[in-house]
Amino acid sequence: MLGIVEQLRDKMQRTEVYKSIFRHSYQDTQRNRALQILDNVFLHLHPVRISRHATNIGFTWGMGGITFLLFIILTVTGVILMFYYRPAAEYAYDDMKYLMNDVAFGPLMRNMHRWAAHAMVITVMLHMFRVFLTGSYKAPRQFNWVIGVFLLTLTLFLSFTGYLLPWDQLAIWAVTVGTNMARATPFLGSEGPFGPELGMRIDNDVRFVLLGGTQVGPPTLLRFYVLHCIFLPLIAAVLMTVHFWRIRKDGGISGPDVSTKKF
Amino acid sequence: MSRKNFLNVAGWFAFFSFLATAVVGAIRLMVPRVLYEAPSAFKAGYPEDYIVGKVNENYKDEYRVWIVREIDGFYALAAICTHLGCTPRWLSLEKMFKCPCHGSGYHKDGVNFEGPTPRPLERLKITLADDGQLLVDRNIKFLYEKQEWSKPDAYLNYG
Repeated sequence: MLGIVEQLRDKMQRTEVYKSIFRHSYQDTQRNRALQILDNVFLHLHPVRISRHATNIGFTWGMGGITFLLFIILTVTGVILMFYYRPAAEYAYDDMKYLMNDVAFGPLMRNMHRWAAHAMVITVMLHMFRVFLTGSYKAPRQFNWVIGVFLLTLTLFLSFTGYLLPWDQLAIWAVTVGTNMARATPFLGSEGPFGPELGMRIDNDVRFVLLGGTQVGPPTLLRFYVLHCIFLPLIAAVLMTVHFWRIRKDGGISGPDVSTKKF
Repeated sequence: MSRKNFLNVAGWFAFFSFLATAVVGAIRLMVPRVLYEAPSAFKAGYPEDYIVGKVNENYKDEYRVWIVREIDGFYALAAICTHLGCTPRWLSLEKMFKCPCHGSGYHKDGVNFEGPTPRPLERLKITLADDGQLLVDRNIKFLYEKQEWSKPDAYLNYG
């Protein structure tokens, strides 16, 4: 004689909806453990089994994972900031001040975004440093190293475009200085090698396209905002997907050389 | 060429033509046709209103230009630091331009004397307009290191 609770549970577990969401039992078997990972769209990014060395934090420092965590934090806090921030010259600075002074948890969100951004640049560097030290850039992982270099560049671009958005003196002059480098682009910059010969002027070269004008102004703010919130994160997300997928395809997370037994 | 082959080639050609056109169009779209920036040339008032020996800062905010009145004429300096492009400040007591970003310093004539900047400030074309006002064209630059400061429009002779 089953109790009323057990009866209800049995009934619920036989419904179509329940079986659609929970597709396997939770008995602790090898098969179920594998299914728990494989049947979940988020968890299936993890390998079903990992070797013992992969749990050794001293080898990888977990820097790639920490970088990804920071990216998630930046995405979430960034979207929250977008509810208050308007990327127009008349409003941008005031909206930033509004966020910092009058919005509930505004300073927390903005500071999390700011510090996570700084931290992400550091962790990306440390991640690369670790990959270099452990020789994990070598075959068969060369391709993933190259994707990683693109991701490093994207991280720096994200950092740079986000730096303009407070629209204060520091932002405007930092971006003025930074984008002046684009003048020296070969062929496409008005002061770069072969630039003037190809007809590049201050009002038609690559810097002009980047800024939307000949100086850092309202069009630059809007352009950098779109790059910062849509374009760059989208590309970064795609490349990160490939980056993580490649780890698995190249034989899982890299570890000490088992053959030498020196670890 | 067989019919199947032709359709294959034509199909891919159409696809890539569309793609190339779309890319070119997207790039062209990013180049603005209209700029909401100050015009490159501007009139800067009558020469008599300038005080001999003074650096005039009236046109700095809008045009980033200093106009300097000397005993025998005028010259216009671009208020753009030649180090990395910040706006220097005119310190009237010390008689020098100082950049707040990295500390570059320039004499009143625009020649650099300290800080990281590699070259003097740029002078701009300065002439008299038909109505007798000063006319500065920011598009025409005169560089000291190319010996261009001795060119006619780099300095406006005016008694």
